[in-house]
Amino acid sequence: MDNTEKLREVFAEALQIDQGKVVDSLEYNSIPEWDSVAHMALVAAIDDAFDIMLDTDDVIDMSSFGEAKKILTRYDVEF
Amino acid sequence: MSFFDELDQFSPRIAAIDSDGVTHTYAELIERSDTFASRLDGHCKRLVFILCSNNIETLTGYLGTIRSGHTGILLAANIDSELLDNLLELYKPDYLWHPGTSGYELVDRRVDRSVMIHPDLSLMLSTSGSTGSPKMVRLTSGNLEANAASIAEYLRLDESERAITSLPMNYSYGLSVVNSHLKVGATLLLTDASVITRPFWDTFRQREATSFAGVPYTYEMLRRIRFFSMSLPSLKTMTQAGGKLTPTFAREFADFAAERGIRFFIMYGQTEATARISYLPPERVVEKYKSMGIAIPRGKLRLIDADGAEITTPETDGELVYTGPNVMLGYAESEADLPKGDELQGELRTGDIARFDSEGFFYITGRMKRFVKIFGNRVNLDEIEHYLKAHGYSAVCGGRDDLLCIATTDHEKAVEIKTVVTGKYGFHHTAVRVAEVDQILKSESGKIQYERIFEGMLA
Repeated sequence: MDNTEKLREVFAEALQIDQGKVVDSLEYNSIPEWDSVAHMALVAAIDDAFDIMLDTDDVIDMSSFGEAKKILTRYDVEF
Repeated sequence: MSFFDELDQFSPRIAAIDSDGVTHTYAELIERSDTFASRLDGHCKRLVFILCSNNIETLTGYLGTIRSGHTGILLAANIDSELLDNLLELYKPDYLWHPGTSGYELVDRRVDRSVMIHPDLSLMLSTSGSTGSPKMVRLTSGNLEANAASIAEYLRLDESERAITSLPMNYSYGLSVVNSHLKVGATLLLTDASVITRPFWDTFRQREATSFAGVPYTYEMLRRIRFFSMSLPSLKTMTQAGGKLTPTFAREFADFAAERGIRFFIMYGQTEATARISYLPPERVVEKYKSMGIAIPRGKLRLIDADGAEITTPETDGELVYTGPNVMLGYAESEADLPKGDELQGELRTGDIARFDSEGFFYITGRMKRFVKIFGNRVNLDEIEHYLKAHGYSAVCGGRDDLLCIATTDHEKAVEIKTVVTGKYGFHHTAVRVAEVDQILKSESGKIQYERIFEGMLA
């Protein structure tokens, strides 16, 4: 499984939505399932799945699925 | 007289800066509110539903309604439409002030009302924000004034304060921030952004916020984003209420605040007391971080035992009773309760179990009522049980703050029940745990044994 697939699964599980909905343009607060509580669950799930600890700026800048991929590349996760 | 009628003394000052950076003076806020009020039929007292976001329109509708002697009900702008319909049916408001397709709209829904609204009734707030419970707390402008004055006094607020609205206005704690700052001519930085988003911190830094308010979950989020290493030179005061902060976190924030010269107020309150009941003076927080503090100015706290007698010995558990000018008139469940007057006479039995130490600082030790707080909002466990029963499930509810537990005897329905509950009440799935059990344990007298049922799930 490549990292895009892995991240998509993490998003779908943390936000409890279909994987089909997890596209680059999926934005924070654009669906009821991605609110601040879900965002914290999502950050924790990403930390676990990729064995990293997202930085302050990265947690608050992770405003879309596309942005999350960009941020993760800075933690040596390749897409 | 209340602060609602005295806003003009601050006329040239800035009352609010909205999320687009537009400033609104007190004079402008008064003018907008008066224009809003002129659209309400003033022949008799009217009921206005106000759907709230942290914006100037909400502030206008709220102030306009109360300043003109009408009664408002504050609800979240993103309220579930089924819940809103139910509330419209139960309370039959004369007007609905809500965000329409092009800005806020005032909907006229007047029909002949069979009951008169009590002259003292100014505002109603839901007892349980997230579940949209129809049970409301009835407040007077005197309650709002008294609580705002007490808060402004112990927080030592003045007109130089710039509070960022980190909580919604339809939530009593969020509204108390608004009221206490308007009381002293300070500035509100309006935003709906969460503390875990860039726009919140951009607003915070650009507009130099001096304080923010948070429920326990806010503080948990702040820990995760390494709040302790953030540079926030304008920050002077942090307040915390809406449930008990985990003691280890309370200690961390207390130490952090002491190091940085920031005041950290741990507080306690209930919507039934408008918002605030007690506060812990910040100079004592490092040593007493487990305490809910002392009564607010002009309020009084005491403990009573099972017979109703006052407890005078320190370190003894009893029910916490609060007396003060901010105690509600009573509850309302529908339009029929609008004519009701003062049923509590300034005395509130909180339903919380507490004790005090030898210095008179109070500590919450338990809860008499069957509810938990999910992310700061009160959730009535019996209400969810009834909802599940009405929808054909055999299930009971328990849990602790930020974790709702459900035990069901329905075979292979755990996932379905979780979906129903998270969908209906908007809880995140990690805050709900459902387990299948062989039977609902009951005592010989037929009482459900919640503690035994849920001890495993909470372990």
